Amino acid sequence: MIATASGAALQRRFRERCGQAWGEAAIFIVLAGLVVLFSLLQPAFLHVANLFQILQSVTVTALLALGITVSLAVGGFDLSVGSTAALALMVASYAQVVWGWGAPATVLLVLATGAVVGGFNAVLTIVCRIPDLLATLGTLFLVGGLQLIPSAGRSIAPGMSFDDGSVAQGFFSRSFLELGRGRLWHVVPMPVVILLVIAPSLWVLLELTRWGRVVYAVGGNERAAHLAGAATRRTRALAYVLSGVLASLGGILLAARVGRGDITSGGSLLQDGFAAALIGYAVFNLRRPNVLGTLVGAVLVGVLLNGLTMLNAPYYAQDFIKGAVLVGALALTYRIGRDATS
Amino acid sequence: MKGRGQVAVLEVRGLARRFGATQALDGVDLAIAPGEVVALMGANGAGKSTLVKIICGAVQPDRGHILVGGQERRIAGPAAARTLGIVAVHQATDAANVGTLSVAENLVLDAICGGRLPRFLSRRRIRREAARVAGALDLTLPLDAPLSSLSLADRQLVAIARALAGEARLLILDEPTASLSEAEAGHLFGIVRRRLSARGVATLLVSHRTADLQRAADRAVVLRDGRVAACFARPIDFPAALAAMVGTLPASSRRDSTRQGMLFAADRLQLRAGGPGLDFALHANEIAVLFGALGTGKSRLLATLFGACRPVGGAMMLQGRSWRPRHPADAIAGGVFLAAEDRWRTSFSAPGTLGADIAGTIGLPHLPRWAGRLGLLPARRQSESALHAIRRLGIVCTGPGDRIERLSGGNQQKVVVARWTAEQARLLLLDEPFAGVDVRARHDIVASLRALGDATAVLLATSDAEEALEAADRILVIRHDGVHAIARSEIADGAALLSLADPAQDRAA
Repeated sequence: MIATASGAALQRRFRERCGQAWGEAAIFIVLAGLVVLFSLLQPAFLHVANLFQILQSVTVTALLALGITVSLAVGGFDLSVGSTAALALMVASYAQVVWGWGAPATVLLVLATGAVVGGFNAVLTIVCRIPDLLATLGTLFLVGGLQLIPSAGRSIAPGMSFDDGSVAQGFFSRSFLELGRGRLWHVVPMPVVILLVIAPSLWVLLELTRWGRVVYAVGGNERAAHLAGAATRRTRALAYVLSGVLASLGGILLAARVGRGDITSGGSLLQDGFAAALIGYAVFNLRRPNVLGTLVGAVLVGVLLNGLTMLNAPYYAQDFIKGAVLVGALALTYRIGRDATS
Repeated sequence: MKGRGQVAVLEVRGLARRFGATQALDGVDLAIAPGEVVALMGANGAGKSTLVKIICGAVQPDRGHILVGGQERRIAGPAAARTLGIVAVHQATDAANVGTLSVAENLVLDAICGGRLPRFLSRRRIRREAARVAGALDLTLPLDAPLSSLSLADRQLVAIARALAGEARLLILDEPTASLSEAEAGHLFGIVRRRLSARGVATLLVSHRTADLQRAADRAVVLRDGRVAACFARPIDFPAALAAMVGTLPASSRRDSTRQGMLFAADRLQLRAGGPGLDFALHANEIAVLFGALGTGKSRLLATLFGACRPVGGAMMLQGRSWRPRHPADAIAGGVFLAAEDRWRTSFSAPGTLGADIAGTIGLPHLPRWAGRLGLLPARRQSESALHAIRRLGIVCTGPGDRIERLSGGNQQKVVVARWTAEQARLLLLDEPFAGVDVRARHDIVASLRALGDATAVLLATSDAEEALEAADRILVIRHDGVHAIARSEIADGAALLSLADPAQDRAA
């Protein structure tokens, strides 16, 4: 009797341990599986150039996803990052092509624009007390519409003509385009360098500093954080501003890469960003928004898209496959993770 | 004679269950007869919750047998338990009710979700069913109001009425009175005795309040270290039962606080428009207990001292200086700390998030003081502080990184106390710190408060007379007409204290 009892307990503990390990590693197993699969089918997949290509392709998504991560950590929800990036793209193009601004002024203006959008979200959610999801949905439309107005709904490119017959005199400056196209030591693309500066800083900010702890405390229980002396409103406002700035930085890199103010380039940024941030919940089975997980999530999305492209998968099937992998990865982690903790 | 010769509603034999390194239950036998009210007593970690969870089907035993109505059963889950007529009402009623629905809809929620009502429901039909459910317990509730507008006490009663709406044979009440006033608790147990026992519904009552057990229980079963330590039949010898629960506790010494200097004073402090002006003083090195019925503004008074509420009028003085905190952060910086009521809503972060472990929970309000110039987290300081608190308060856990939700209620409360004693407070405010806390943990917490040193005044709010008398050096009775200070030695027992706090005294005073 006793032997079977302790046997049952041991067995259960063994299962719990295994479940835990599985939950923590699930996303990495999926990622490793994809890499192995793609490199078997297409050996060029593992070339250094292609690996950087993957990283470069995910930088914009990753920056937006990091913004989303910050807003999720503080208990908010920022649906407006995709539109903010698109607005940033148009502002960067307009400032240079129409006003003839140089690169430093343009970058500052665009980052300020992102901060203003974030501040607007903060006013809506904190002062007007509109639920985050609804407020940022409103901003999504507002900002998404706003970016079309100055150029009357057209893409902005050097030499474009206006309704009154005048022609834009400005152009994208070399140093601005370097941000998107340049390479450090002729190897590492500039966007990847920028991401490798931003992401670790943000990780330190959220995981190792007092402010980061307050962010998670406000997201975990706003009332408790308030009673522990946290400035909850200011923290939430700053999180939205940070999210807006990161999104506008994403927009800058996008503008520098494509070299024109394309009104359609904002496309799937929001969905990809959320996919990365949500996959990030599952990394190490943390089940909370976290910077490292978000990066892994962004890389997973990038690997998937790059691999499918190399294998000549039809473009119209890519969204479906992306969705399937996202759902599968989440189901795997949460299902296993739950077994381990209950 | 109740229960004799009848088949037990529920019988368990040799139940055992292990969690990690702890043997939570180690061969428990228990039988409950129809109509009987059995009190389940035990310190935190004695195995009460595990036993209740097994009976409710939430946890499976490692070994042992469960017999329902004389037949051996396996209770695979909560739904299976309900089918067998076993219903439970837990302390956290907000988990069971839907705040956005009306009271009536909540009362018939099980019938709606369980498909026992027709597919198309008129508002009238719901109201009629709800009135029937409420009427069975003599409750008069505003059926059309949203549930969230009810008091905590009324929400608790809704949960109990809901649980009993079906064919219940065994009702498990887990800390049912934690949020109820004396009168409401009396009403609840009146219902349990009159209505349920007469219908043959057995009750298993888990409570830390001896008053509850005295009022309602036919029999007390004491658990200790996962085993049945003792059984007591009516009349229950409570001192003996408490001794069986925890062994003997060293008496803690009271202090004469009047010799110390005055630390805090309220001068005609008005909490809300039309309320009375409150005058009282607090001394260093004393535990003053703010005692009063629900709704007398205890929580609001504490929140006002802490800067979470603004007073309407009057003045506060802290160590001779005007005290006007505008935000909890001001209060914390000034050495006034509040351990607020209902720890999961006011003190703990969501389980699993960053900083939700013991060390992070203790450290959060002190980060401005502890963090370095770059704002980097004082990780070592936090875990040292947590280790110190674990030793000082006797928190049962695996270490500073343990997750709060894995701790028992008493140990969770100790973490809250540890948070606000990690730094030297000038004035420490505690709001209902003993809700869902057993005698042993309560004793530990009171002892830690007494050890705070000469520079700290403690103001502890409670509506439980027994708790008040244990903790107090001095008692401040709060009524609708103001605050009245009374020396501890002038109060003989709980009944005397209750009569002082009776609202009927308002006019006499």
